[in-house]
Amino acid sequence: MTKTVTIDPVTRLEGHGKITIWLDDRGDVDRALFQVPELRGFEAFCVGRNAEDMPQVTSRICGVCPTAHHMAAARALDDLFQVEPTPAAKAIRKLFYNMFMFEDHLVHFYFLGGPDFIVGPDAPAAERNILGVIGKLGIDAGRKVLDIRKRCRDLMTSIGGRATHPVLALPGGVAKEVTEEKRREIRAFAADAIEFAEFTLGVFHALVLSNQGYVDSILSDVYTTRTNYMGLVNDKNQVDFCGRNVRVVHPDGEELVSFAPQDYATYIAEHVEPWSYVKFPYLRKLGWRGFTAGSGSSLVRVAPLGRLNASAGMATPLAQAESERLYETLGGKPAHNTLAWHWARLVEVTQAAETIRSLADVPELTDPNIRSMDLQTPREGVGIVEAPRGTLVHHYLSDASGVITGVNLLVATLFNSAAICMSIEKAAKGLIRGGRVTDGILNRIEMALRAYDPCLSCATHSLPGAMPLHGRGVDARSPRRLSDVRR
Amino acid sequence: MAGKPKVAFYWCACCGGCEETVVDLAVGILDLVQAVDIVFWPCAMDFKAADVEAMADRELAVALVSGAIRTDEQEHMARLLRRKAACVVAFGACSAHGGTAALANLTSKKSIFNVSYRCSPTVENPEGTEPICVLRLPAFHETVRKLSDVVEVDYYLPGCPPTSDSLAEAVQCILQGNLPPRGSVLGSARSLCETCKRNDSKPESVTMPGIKRVLDVQLDPNTCFLVQGVICMGPATRGGCGALCVDGNMPCTGCCGPTDDVCDQGAKMIAALGGILEGDTDELVERQLDRLTDPAGTFYRYTLSASQLGSRREEAGG
Repeated sequence: MTKTVTIDPVTRLEGHGKITIWLDDRGDVDRALFQVPELRGFEAFCVGRNAEDMPQVTSRICGVCPTAHHMAAARALDDLFQVEPTPAAKAIRKLFYNMFMFEDHLVHFYFLGGPDFIVGPDAPAAERNILGVIGKLGIDAGRKVLDIRKRCRDLMTSIGGRATHPVLALPGGVAKEVTEEKRREIRAFAADAIEFAEFTLGVFHALVLSNQGYVDSILSDVYTTRTNYMGLVNDKNQVDFCGRNVRVVHPDGEELVSFAPQDYATYIAEHVEPWSYVKFPYLRKLGWRGFTAGSGSSLVRVAPLGRLNASAGMATPLAQAESERLYETLGGKPAHNTLAWHWARLVEVTQAAETIRSLADVPELTDPNIRSMDLQTPREGVGIVEAPRGTLVHHYLSDASGVITGVNLLVATLFNSAAICMSIEKAAKGLIRGGRVTDGILNRIEMALRAYDPCLSCATHSLPGAMPLHGRGVDARSPRRLSDVRR
Repeated sequence: MAGKPKVAFYWCACCGGCEETVVDLAVGILDLVQAVDIVFWPCAMDFKAADVEAMADRELAVALVSGAIRTDEQEHMARLLRRKAACVVAFGACSAHGGTAALANLTSKKSIFNVSYRCSPTVENPEGTEPICVLRLPAFHETVRKLSDVVEVDYYLPGCPPTSDSLAEAVQCILQGNLPPRGSVLGSARSLCETCKRNDSKPESVTMPGIKRVLDVQLDPNTCFLVQGVICMGPATRGGCGALCVDGNMPCTGCCGPTDDVCDQGAKMIAALGGILEGDTDELVERQLDRLTDPAGTFYRYTLSASQLGSRREEAGG
């Protein structure tokens, strides 16, 4: 008689998900399954829309990372209309984007994933949240967290119309210029943002890295998966959320390929399984090698630690210094420790804050020439940005009047989807023994998922997903038992 | 001692933007949790569906439900929360009118499958494999419905997403029992146009010199968009959003839905355009409509589930 354990819904992440774990007669984990029971259909219903509406329509894929979709769409439109944004537009977009990365990553650390460490993985469920975090850090620190986020998003609203679902980008530019008065506000914010990034690193060092139990968890095999890594880089191969080239490195750290956005389909392919609605991206030239980790893997992991691993370093000094501490602790680069995604996220918060500071000083930021109207007849365009949750590809086809005729979206969370399945299964097998299941143990399994900061709304922009945790066709193995999970 | 009122947040087919609005309350969250206990909020708290099942009927003072209804699981959760809550608020555009998710009513499940598994440039699928649902996933309904098509809704809080100010105000009203009749929209009764800052630049009677797309013009940051020839949904859209998009120098796209006296937002906008478009011959009007290349996405971006248009019908045998 097998027993099933469900986690429904998975919580403190973006979107809908459910984990089902099957125990064998001894009470050990036979297998586990991660399902995403959602479906919306953006790739289909974006067809027929005006191309210039894509930044606003596709931002509705995800209200937590709308700016990522907004900006990937903007870049795809630049490419579609063969237009080069003006220097002011580039500066404004990059500024806006780094502000978004700053606040989005901080939401994850303080609201979503961070409570597992700050409050503790085994703390009562009712306390593992932002309120528990405020309880632990104190009300003054709590207000600081809420205040810096609000200031960041209020500034974003004044620059891009809104923080959730901005109206900033147009092909070749942006809709609104930045005034000198606004520049002063941005400058003041940037100084506080850097200070806050350092404060947050301080919290992480004091509460996580000083706790040997946590460090042991981070370094443990249960939370380790060796894969390839991918991310956008600048011309020095440093992490750049709005970089021009995608760089992929091997599990040993050597560069496998570096490619321009327009070539993405040459290097990336998606595998379809009959037993899953979710597609599994892999490196096309290596071929689909299944759900395997290690040197033979054709899977890539993305998002903070994936980006750090795929780069030659950070683009700003404080972030670079922190990334060196990270790799020293984890035993070298690349690092394969899933829970260290949290740390890498804070390294990126630091880079975002430092980037905001340097952009606040560039002269072109307040140039009124914010939009190039030199649009060519559209046909096809690709735009890539680094979303908080990893590499995000928007690819559009249009007719000559600029009405969309085809859309392909490769969203960040999908790149991690195979690894997420493997990570959850590994955690479940490592943590559940002899039928002993507690709330804390189930939460520690969710932690393997949460570290990726998965965005299940993004992952299901097109179809409802079952993310099976096995490389084999689960239906072929034991269809009858699977039918037991019918709800 | 009587406990604090209990509040639940839940999301159906949505993007999570409405949840960001809750987080955008910033320090207001601290005031909120002084006044209420949040007992279910999957995006931010570890309470599970079973915790809601275990509640007494009407134990929740209010459930704010965002997102449209596309699957039977979403319908189930909507019904469950209806049973457990004394007051259900349709929170955000998708819940109130279908939202962007309802644009899917212009397409079909079949074309979604085709796009995703056959026509994509990255899919390697020479054998044309399509997923066969061996697991019981929630059934996928033919159309996207708004919350009130599934359960009785007490109040509506529109917007994509609603602003945190409007959320704070609505919660205050509910907690104090200071409420309009059931079924009302909690928000401004006036159209966005009536309160627009660009009214100063608007001539006595607006005439629209033919329809342009935002692609076609450098947008003036002070002039009424309609006067610039660009469709702005302001005349047909409920105000109260703070005109954020207009402040960002982009036209309103209609996310707050229609005002009280209007049932079909798109029809209202088309009527408004009819009154202001220049041209008195059919031929001239026809030419002006050349750049109206996506009427459905322009007039019904957020309200297809509430419109008279209905949805695309699957071809026979399709």
